[in-house]
Amino acid sequence: MLSRNFTDSLIEKLIFACGFAAIILVSLIFFFLLREGLGFFAQYNIKEFISGHFWYPTSKPAGFGILPLIMGSLFVTLGAAVIAVPVGVMAAFYISEVAPVAVRDILKSGIELLAAIPSVVIGFIGMVTLVPLVRVIFDIPTGLSAFSGALMLAFMAMPTIVSISEDAIRSVPGTYKEGALALGATKWQTMYRIILPAAAPGILAAVMLGIGRVIGETMAVMMITGNAAAIPDTIFDPVRTMTATIAAEMGETVKGSMHYKGLFAIGLVLFVITFIINFIADSFLNRVKK
Amino acid sequence: MLEEIRIKVENINFFYGLKHALVDLNMDIYKNRVTAMIGPSGCGKSTFIRLINRMNDLVSHTTLKGRILLDGKNIFDPDVDVVELRRKVGMVFQKPNPFPKSIFENLVYGLQIKGVTDKKVLNEKTETALRKAALWEEVKDRLNDSALRLSGGQQQRLCIARCLVVEPEVILFDEPCASLDPISTRKIEDLIVELKKDYTILVVTHNMQQAARISTKTAFFLLGELIEFGNTEDIFTNPKDKRTEDYVSGRFG
Repeated sequence: MLSRNFTDSLIEKLIFACGFAAIILVSLIFFFLLREGLGFFAQYNIKEFISGHFWYPTSKPAGFGILPLIMGSLFVTLGAAVIAVPVGVMAAFYISEVAPVAVRDILKSGIELLAAIPSVVIGFIGMVTLVPLVRVIFDIPTGLSAFSGALMLAFMAMPTIVSISEDAIRSVPGTYKEGALALGATKWQTMYRIILPAAAPGILAAVMLGIGRVIGETMAVMMITGNAAAIPDTIFDPVRTMTATIAAEMGETVKGSMHYKGLFAIGLVLFVITFIINFIADSFLNRVKK
Repeated sequence: MLEEIRIKVENINFFYGLKHALVDLNMDIYKNRVTAMIGPSGCGKSTFIRLINRMNDLVSHTTLKGRILLDGKNIFDPDVDVVELRRKVGMVFQKPNPFPKSIFENLVYGLQIKGVTDKKVLNEKTETALRKAALWEEVKDRLNDSALRLSGGQQQRLCIARCLVVEPEVILFDEPCASLDPISTRKIEDLIVELKKDYTILVVTHNMQQAARISTKTAFFLLGELIEFGNTEDIFTNPKDKRTEDYVSGRFG
């Protein structure tokens, strides 16, 4: 009896320790990011940082304006969302409402497999196939552009969007659908006017999570967006995103220098953005559960 | 009143996969009558009424043989428009299933999908249907409230109103009171009797007293077969088949 109690409490403590360690690790990362990033703002004006047009971290005097990087992330992310959201949501409807059972199973596992492709592979495929194609089709000097990046990232956001939207659509009670059909609604009218509104919070959450993945993506965008830290005029210009900047430059900085701290400050900005997006997505998902 | 046949069921056999759910069904449904389907769970009564508005089309791996004639026309003919059929044959389900929208939106949905946009028509038809469903007085001041805030009984009457607004001719009730309390049940029963004047009504029920109270004709189903079909009074007081007698006297089921 005693030994059973002992085992129980031991396991309980072990689980507690694991959970606690996870929380500690996450908060340590956060505090480290905060310390290095805020240290930067002690020496550099935050307004100039956000709205400055020039990212010249190694020039003298150095310029730490991340507006071009923010614009790069924005162009790529918005572009990816514009492509991935309609396609993804419609694909989710197709899978859950239209496709025959056999097709549904194949598609569902196919899409989940898509999520498993490493981003460097997607970037590589984009570099050798998509980039030359974009250059030729749109007749631009280089195919390494925000557009190519957006297209590739749309692929990466799609599995999340399709899979979670599909769950949301499937969790709409079948009685709604029956009710609508029994009133003489067509399949399309049922989908558009009954199922879509009922599944909307879940679909929105799916979109947010998909976009969250796109914003944080580094490797693929670094390989195909051209990495030019200049404010783009059109979506066919080369851009550089915040994530790509950190990844590309972190290895070359002197630890503790302004440049080093500046990269952490970019990380902090990214963290705030993804935090807001996840927060919005979470609140939508919670609304679904209620 | 002369009895006029509205629906003629001819040699219906229905299978879910290999399961023989309905066996050699033949019966006539009369206009302006309430026809009740009684029988133990799984006897095929719900399956049967879901054939009449072709809701079973949604279920895969089913096989159907035989015909159901609505006004002389086989509803399973390839040239029949299912959407039109379902506008003519309305249905009220076992569990109240209002859409997660306002009361008003629930009612006008059936009209909007038909392309009605005139605000005046929508308002008029909504009021008429709610009055017919004996719900108007209770909800007239809060048509924009969510339908999900209504009580179970009110939700079910809302579903009946939602069905009436499309102006069907036949209404199928699939155990409409199964999830309701006695007072709400009473209201729905009164309503069904009232609606009989204008509609052809089929009611599936587990409750034999209910069948006795509201129906003119009763059909007793057992294991997918129609055991006995006739005037409700005869079925309950003078059944011809031993199995019917056992069921209506409460010996099983």
